[in-house]
Amino acid sequence: MNIYVCVKHVPDTAATIRVGADYRIDEDITFIMNPYDENAVEEAVRLKKRMAGAEVIAVTLGKAAAEATLRSALAMGADRAILVRSDKHHDCITTAGALCAAIRQDGNPDLIFTGRESIDAEGFQTMYRMGVNLGIPVASNVIAFDMDGQRVSVISEMEAGEHACLEMTTPCIIGAGKGLNQPSYPKLPDILQARKKTITVIDEEQSGTHSSASRVETVILEIASEERQPEALEGSAEEIADAIVGILRNEAKVLMNS
Amino acid sequence: MKKIAVLIEIRDGKLKPSNLGVCSAAHESGGECIAFLLEGNAADAAATLQEYGIEKVVEIFTTHGAASWNPEVWAEAIIQAMVYYEIHALLGLASMQGKDLLARVAARLEAPLLMDCIAVNLVRHTAKKSQFSGKAIAEFKTCGDYHVYGIRPNALTAVPAPCRAAVESFKASTGSPGLSVKNLQPGLANDIDLTEANVIISGGRGMENGDNFNLLHACAQTISAAVGASRAAVDAGWVSHALQVGQTGKTVSPKVYIACGISGSVQHFAGMKTAGIIIAINKDPHAAIMSKCDYAVCANLFDIVPALTRKLRKPHKGSK
Repeated sequence: MNIYVCVKHVPDTAATIRVGADYRIDEDITFIMNPYDENAVEEAVRLKKRMAGAEVIAVTLGKAAAEATLRSALAMGADRAILVRSDKHHDCITTAGALCAAIRQDGNPDLIFTGRESIDAEGFQTMYRMGVNLGIPVASNVIAFDMDGQRVSVISEMEAGEHACLEMTTPCIIGAGKGLNQPSYPKLPDILQARKKTITVIDEEQSGTHSSASRVETVILEIASEERQPEALEGSAEEIADAIVGILRNEAKVLMNS
Repeated sequence: MKKIAVLIEIRDGKLKPSNLGVCSAAHESGGECIAFLLEGNAADAAATLQEYGIEKVVEIFTTHGAASWNPEVWAEAIIQAMVYYEIHALLGLASMQGKDLLARVAARLEAPLLMDCIAVNLVRHTAKKSQFSGKAIAEFKTCGDYHVYGIRPNALTAVPAPCRAAVESFKASTGSPGLSVKNLQPGLANDIDLTEANVIISGGRGMENGDNFNLLHACAQTISAAVGASRAAVDAGWVSHALQVGQTGKTVSPKVYIACGISGSVQHFAGMKTAGIIIAINKDPHAAIMSKCDYAVCANLFDIVPALTRKLRKPHKGSK
């Protein structure tokens, strides 16, 4: 069984983002594996352990530096990895095309895991485009996964705590939500072993990505301003509570007057 | 004239208030605004929607019927309606449902999609959205035959623009989906949708334990506010992940966000920085949130929250 996991190399959430004149960020900062993708790798590795002969292959599209995130996936238990190398900026349409081309070239996927969103671009769509590209069903924000033969059952978290129980047959794509599992952090021997595992580097041009008339262009990228001027509310608990009620009623206008 | 469709969301038989800001964005473009509603509720919703620039309400029926909600079937039905009504721009809410449905529609159409937008211009086909966990704002331009935008709930203001909306039905012919929905389990009865709430009262590490969240629930109940939590409170097992606001939780834009015992990490701000007014209650004057809010209360939340609950119980009944 071939289990692919699509991961993304993203700036650490704690990193300071600086934007250059070309509207690209200064990449001389710490990068990490996209947090939701950790849940995706974890679930793939757990599944592999229950399935004789299963292989977990981590795939990413990115610059040479993205290899670090593939090594993290390998340390978490993936067997091998594929880096589709590209120095260009990609929108979700070309990203999905490149990932699908790399997977197709490598083998027949039974399952594809990925995170429900990337925390850098916040695009919320790559897995759905992969589903259409490969002609297979997609479930996102998955917080429980089970598999019996070719039948896959998942629970997808919806609005206000609502859960949808969905079923698909393999091959299919699973968008991992945060509640799916608790990723285990690799120990030193895992990290050392990961160094010996194979990362196949393919050039984006070779992988035969498809072209599309549709695209998304960046007009501008700027640092979000954080201009709030805090005003201190002081006094007794009663006075502060009165002040907050006043804000709710008069400034925010969220209270209905009796 | 250009036509724009707004995918309307109904929850528990009611029109979500955040739909109206999306209608206003469509109306602002000067095109003809058509509301799409799936499987029922159109007549009720039309009365409200026509006050916000909607000129036609199309009730879309699938071959599968209302009882069998299925996102693949719905996406297919929406695309058929878009083709029939010659729609090239589709707007909807970036709610959990919208994130799923709009992405399925865009993927099938191979249309560019911008999700969780905080501003949109349908004449130039541009939209602004957060990047890098809210640390940057980007403006993007979509290029293609179709354009799909998901709008962050409550990010756009609803502006009254009275029209008269005709209601019509569209019967889609939907095929068999690859995804089957076995059942839907409702959330807890007291769960108010975080992304729709006007007021959110959130607790963090300062809540000390799960039981103390009852203080926040009691306070929230007085004004129909929703209760949220920081990752620290969720990781400690005090409350469910469904309440988490921030990077790996929900992104919210309420009119008022009251943060109780929350330090205000970058990751937390990623989920609530577009709130209208932020009120922080924290014992620690040096907590990050105290310098990034509108009102800073340096006090013990266990004194302030119960006092606030008492005051809110008295003179009025619930929030708008």
